Amino acid sequence: MQPQPDARVVAGPRHGVVVRVTHWLTLVAFVALVISGVEIVFSHPRFYLGETGNVNMKPLFTLPVASSRDTVPTAYKYILPDQNGWSRYLHFEAAWLLLFVGAVYVVSGWRSGRFRREIVPQRSERNWRSYWGVIGGYLRVTPRREESKTSYNVLQRTVYFAVIFVAFPLMIWTGLAMSPAFTAVVPWCPLIVGGRQTARTLHFFLTWGLVLFFITHVAMVSTSGFVARMRGMITGGDGAVCADAVDAVKEGA
Amino acid sequence: MKSFSRRRMLTAGIAAAAGAAGVIAAPKVVRRFGLAAPDCAGPYGPGEALTYAASRIIAPNAMAREFSRSWISKEPFANSLYGPIPAEFTKHKAEGFANWKIAVGGMVMHPTEFSVPDLKQMGRSSQITEVACEEGWSYIAEWIGTPLALVLQEVQPLAPARYLVYTSMRDGLWDSIDMHDARHPQTLLTWGMNDGDLPFGFGGPLRMRLPKQLGYRNVKYVHKMVFTDSLKGFGKGMGSANPEYGYSWYAGI
Repeated sequence: MQPQPDARVVAGPRHGVVVRVTHWLTLVAFVALVISGVEIVFSHPRFYLGETGNVNMKPLFTLPVASSRDTVPTAYKYILPDQNGWSRYLHFEAAWLLLFVGAVYVVSGWRSGRFRREIVPQRSERNWRSYWGVIGGYLRVTPRREESKTSYNVLQRTVYFAVIFVAFPLMIWTGLAMSPAFTAVVPWCPLIVGGRQTARTLHFFLTWGLVLFFITHVAMVSTSGFVARMRGMITGGDGAVCADAVDAVKEGA
Repeated sequence: MKSFSRRRMLTAGIAAAAGAAGVIAAPKVVRRFGLAAPDCAGPYGPGEALTYAASRIIAPNAMAREFSRSWISKEPFANSLYGPIPAEFTKHKAEGFANWKIAVGGMVMHPTEFSVPDLKQMGRSSQITEVACEEGWSYIAEWIGTPLALVLQEVQPLAPARYLVYTSMRDGLWDSIDMHDARHPQTLLTWGMNDGDLPFGFGGPLRMRLPKQLGYRNVKYVHKMVFTDSLKGFGKGMGSANPEYGYSWYAGI
């Protein structure tokens, strides 16, 4: 008798429907937030530390770009068109979408145990050896082991964990730290990050962190079988992961 | 929880999609509860509807952060003024604003004109709060003025009044707040700043101060206030000149 379980695992979807729907909605919100965020930065491409900062004060750094305001001194002789109106509308609308989608994703990932199974680095792999092993594998471009098709390696888990539980929450936190109405309700929100302007500066750097993740993520997907990966995230695809799918199959069996 | 079945995943997926649909339906929902921002229409209506409604539902009486004297910015910044100057304003400026008056009318029992000395006699309040511009910059100053709530006691708004529309003489800017903001203890008709008169550049002789909202709602050179039950008859009916330029009416974020 041949052992059967593998065939059954392969029959399940790679990603469950919650992950698929929230993934693409997050992409929509993320793209809108980045585009509108960049537009907003042009109106004041100077960054400060502490609570306050304006053109009469010394900035921490200034971006080498033109500004959409004539009150901001830049190295350029021209003023960019003001795009802040729609950018701000879109930024907060997308932030709401991200908040709702993120809540569904986190609650479902927690309740289903998906985070524990697939995102949190496995206990046995929480050591440098495992990390170096994975990094070395990427650098040597060795063929992926079979199990990497069905589970995330320790580096992937660490990065996904950082994006989901560190970068996005900090992004929301530093964003809210700039809101005069929200900080009225939660005055320590800007305080614990070092003030309103520090929050804005962190918001800026966190954006770069997430954009870097986004680029790496797309690059990795492209080099590891783009069509199959896209199918996995759109229709669920076949073959794979995930314990969710295994459960579903088991239950059906 | 025994397992996470495909049916449950489907349910959660539908919940995520419903969340996104909820964002889209937000303007209709908030309108039902009388919490609709006057500009919550069009593609950015859902975001604006959610932001304003949330500000009204979550701790509407929260007080904007106040700072100690040592936090007052040594280098505050005031935006320059644009557009043609009305002759009436030039005349007032030549007189050193000695005859400046603010006319309060509309849905009130006692329509009244107040001079700045009238307001000073009515009552004085001061706050050390941050002005944050939608562009990103900010400063902290002490703002001294007459609480708008005291003016309301004098003129006695009628029961159907839902908004207060206030207008600048200098640049044709006008804006509006709901009655809740109008009665908020930190909402000031400001005539002083940092222990002195309110400087011209910062809105002197008289400026609306709403520390729970961004700078652009803090209209300078206010000379007219009208209580109303509907914003339809004012400009394009979006509650302020700002949405006509593409900027949101509510600016607590």
